[in-house]
Amino acid sequence: MRLRLGILLLGLLAAGGLAAPWVAGWLGLDPFAPDLFNRFAPASATNPLGTDDLGRDVLLRLLEGARVSLAVGVATALAATLLGTSIGLLAAWRGGVVDAVLMRLADGLLALPALPVLVVLAAADTGRIGLPRGEAASDIVRIVAILSVFGWVGVARLARAAALSVLARDYVRAARALGAGEGRVLARHVLPNIAGPIAIAAALTVAGAILAESTLSFLGLGIAPPAASWGNMLANAQDLVFSAPWVAVWPGLAILAAVAGCTLVADGLRR
Amino acid sequence: MIRLLAGRLLQIAVTLALLSLAMFLLIGLMPGDPIDLAIAGDPRLTAEDAARLRALHGLDQPLLTRYLAWAAALLRGEFGYSRLFAQPVAQIIGPALGSTLVLLGAAVAVSALIGLSLGALAAMRPRLAPFADAIAILGQSAPSFWLGILLIIVFAVTLGWLPAGGSAEAGGWEALRFLVLPVATLAMANLAAYARHSAAELTQVLRAPWITAARARGVGEMRLLLRHAAPNAAVPVLQVAALDAGSLVGGALITETLFARPGMGKLIYDAVMGNDTNLALVALLLVALVTMLATLAADLGQRALDPRLA
Repeated sequence: MRLRLGILLLGLLAAGGLAAPWVAGWLGLDPFAPDLFNRFAPASATNPLGTDDLGRDVLLRLLEGARVSLAVGVATALAATLLGTSIGLLAAWRGGVVDAVLMRLADGLLALPALPVLVVLAAADTGRIGLPRGEAASDIVRIVAILSVFGWVGVARLARAAALSVLARDYVRAARALGAGEGRVLARHVLPNIAGPIAIAAALTVAGAILAESTLSFLGLGIAPPAASWGNMLANAQDLVFSAPWVAVWPGLAILAAVAGCTLVADGLRR
Repeated sequence: MIRLLAGRLLQIAVTLALLSLAMFLLIGLMPGDPIDLAIAGDPRLTAEDAARLRALHGLDQPLLTRYLAWAAALLRGEFGYSRLFAQPVAQIIGPALGSTLVLLGAAVAVSALIGLSLGALAAMRPRLAPFADAIAILGQSAPSFWLGILLIIVFAVTLGWLPAGGSAEAGGWEALRFLVLPVATLAMANLAAYARHSAAELTQVLRAPWITAARARGVGEMRLLLRHAAPNAAVPVLQVAALDAGSLVGGALITETLFARPGMGKLIYDAVMGNDTNLALVALLLVALVTMLATLAADLGQRALDPRLA
């Protein structure tokens, strides 16, 4: 039930994001072109959700934002899951000093207030260490890289705990006794059996990444306009609370739906 | 106990050292050093002047040397100057920390009170549980800056009851009026965790045999909840408080920025935006330290309540 509801929410948003170019063609509008004679237009047949402070169509920008937000969420989850699973597996398998160092590192990151650190990180000029800066695609890469710094921790802790319990099972001992190499043991016997907890952690990472991206974009440190992101759509909305309060409604609802969708999927998988 | 405390304090110190090193090196990569800004502000400065100023302020040294000098000064209690505010950092940070602690304290109190009530309601009346669950998921999923904007629109713009931001000149009731919306924003984002954990914990505790025994003796439902079940559910709630310290502080950054309320979060944000490297770093380290100490305090509280953990 929860799983289905979550998949439904995410599916709708993803379909909307994928359909963005067609909707733009169908309405005959450009989500990035300002139209200063048509600012704050109310909802109508041409602008189903009205227009924003620069006269751009809100529905189209919402759909463009879906592409950005979901891309950031999924990419961060992929990076964090890969990194976290490897680190978690390594810690559980090697044990000893490696385990202790990796897990203290995880504890340290977990103890930090993530957002203030992210704010300072996001302002660092990543161009000088090889990450591009400026355009939408490079903004996405930059944000994903920054979010992965914290993202791997949750996955690694869950993966480690699950891997520890699997490594102690008899079938692992049996595999080793039959002469399976360590690589084969980890890949064929451990990994498939810890996929469940990892999937849950990945779903939660998507939720966290979407929230963090929108927050950074809202603060002006994430995806920079004119590219649309649900977060930077709300950055305008704060200046407009007196003149056009309705502008604030839709992007927030979109974030809410995406994050709730991921949380529901994670909850559903847990049962 | 002493060993545990010493270990945790050591861990905090190591974390802070690594964080400061990583951040210092990264911020060293930020666009424009202070001298570039000075040149932009005063076209009469020549390239020779710039080189001389860089040497004077040690900016021609390698990054690592600068880090060591800066860290040593921090340890001696010299926090340096803020370029943005043209004041010693120590003077700016004191009032900001006080303001943030007031905000955080009020938000924790409100979210724990409402969250625990919701959790208790869900545990006592299982039919209401899905409802409380839905509120918890929504509260966890809604971005807090959006909730803040909605609150501003409803209570400041439409109804005009409360100020949309800023802080009071005078203390007393007026200051409280400025506190309501920021605290509500921060509390709404954090009450979900309290509700979910206390509901789960209370549901389990209420199935315990001693609860059935107490009920059989004729203990009333309210007394049962408050005297018999609640103390047992307090431990995981402290656990939530410990786990959530970081996100709460992050929430303070958003709320303070959104409501233009002076505090550590807004200070970090303004310092980052204004290229005030030293202020940003010192404020970030202080916030991290306070967060980790709060987490430690909550952990110790858990141990005090639950002898099995000690």
